[in-house]
Amino acid sequence: MNIGPITVPIELVRIMVAILAFSLFIGLNGVILVWLERKVAGHVQRRPGPYEVGPHGLLQPVADALKLIGKQLFIPKGADKILFWAAPILSFLPVFLLLIPMPFGPKLFALDVDLGLLLILAFAGVNVLAICLAGWSSRNKWSLLGAARAVSQCVAYEIPMLLSLLSVAFMEGTLNLTQIVNQQEPWLWNIVYQPLAFIIFFVCAVAETNRCPFDLPEAESELTAGFHTEYSGMAFSMFMLAEYSYIIVVCCVATAVFLGGWHGPFYPGSWWFLGKVYALILVFMWLRWTYPRVRFDQLLNINWKWLLPLSLLNLFVTAFLVKVL
Amino acid sequence: MNGISQMWKNISGLWSLIVGLKITGKYFVCPQVTVHYPRKTVDNLSTFRGPVELVASDNDPTKPKCIVCLQCAGACPSGCLTVAAKPAPKPTAEEIKAKKEAEAKGEKVKKAAPKELGTFRYDFTLCSLCGTCVDTCPVGSLQFSSDAYLASRNKEDFVYDLLARLADQAKGIKSGSSQSKE
Repeated sequence: MNIGPITVPIELVRIMVAILAFSLFIGLNGVILVWLERKVAGHVQRRPGPYEVGPHGLLQPVADALKLIGKQLFIPKGADKILFWAAPILSFLPVFLLLIPMPFGPKLFALDVDLGLLLILAFAGVNVLAICLAGWSSRNKWSLLGAARAVSQCVAYEIPMLLSLLSVAFMEGTLNLTQIVNQQEPWLWNIVYQPLAFIIFFVCAVAETNRCPFDLPEAESELTAGFHTEYSGMAFSMFMLAEYSYIIVVCCVATAVFLGGWHGPFYPGSWWFLGKVYALILVFMWLRWTYPRVRFDQLLNINWKWLLPLSLLNLFVTAFLVKVL
Repeated sequence: MNGISQMWKNISGLWSLIVGLKITGKYFVCPQVTVHYPRKTVDNLSTFRGPVELVASDNDPTKPKCIVCLQCAGACPSGCLTVAAKPAPKPTAEEIKAKKEAEAKGEKVKKAAPKELGTFRYDFTLCSLCGTCVDTCPVGSLQFSSDAYLASRNKEDFVYDLLARLADQAKGIKSGSSQSKE
């Protein structure tokens, strides 16, 4: 593309437009998901949830956001200033990168990345670093303990997650998300061939996004607020926005890899993709308001004694079948 | 074998996860049980133990059953009841004289009229709603009201004059000091 005397590669323009769109998408989703989470929590406990601000409390998250923007940004005495402020930004920024290879529709994606799945898995790890930095730089025992938990949890659960995605990649023979979706048929999604991998991936996704029942890094009853104990105002909301964005990312990956992406029995398109993503998010919330938090040894036992061997087994069987059939 | 049975126990335990999801899923679609307060109010207030109030006597709705025995005031652990009888009417000099004469003759003298309740002040700010006064009252002159909606910016609004309240109730005015302002 030519703008005056400069030549701009078309990919760059695509990325810029995509990042703008993603900012809108993430911001809007942050608002909607906060509202949805509180509504689901309310209805599960047979109360209305937010109700007073706007129709059915729809404007409640906006009011909350305004409150958070107005709050003082506070840094504890003796905290590491640079790392303390870097952590929330570092937590939030990779989200844009993770959404770039996501195939929202047959034509609706930022970039057709050949190693899309690898890109997502690689940069999802940055969040762990951000949480680690947040806990380390806060100079607070709760934060530090939360960070230590987050690191050991995320590192552990990344392995079965990778292995379960790898078995699908073996089957499809590609790491390109758009191709993975294209190779699935309107009804015969990958979940039919890889149900175990889907379950393992889903459990790992809940653990990776620090959601209940695996929300040990921010366990309120034990660690006040875990790694973000010392964060206030917008710094805290950056963490929260990042958390919700990662939920969207893992649900998008699950939809693209296991649930047939934009394919549906009729009118295939982006709405199928978004519908599946939101259905998965609702399941996330349903899980959160159903199960109590697991103990930390239980958490690691589930991973090392069950998910990891099962995902390895699944991978070997898949590899064998791919080779034989 | 022990390891395998342990594994089987773990796997069969997964069913409980489904049971949990079923319960919360059922509640999710059930109608809500909370009441949207300012727009709706609850209607089952009969069992509510609100601030205590006087019970009217059977034949006169303006007069309480109270016999001014002061047991309630004595029983109250927080001392929130102030009860006093009306000062007895002072007998005139002639009455005293007539009485003395009658006594001298050995006639039966009409005793003084039963005491009548003069003040019944109830400081709700001190009350812990323990109900000891209600249990203590020998004639059943105290009961819990069903005033659930109490709010005021003024502490004095919660110092009730229960006699005046009873009189208002007899006139059919819905009483309760904080509501009376509305």
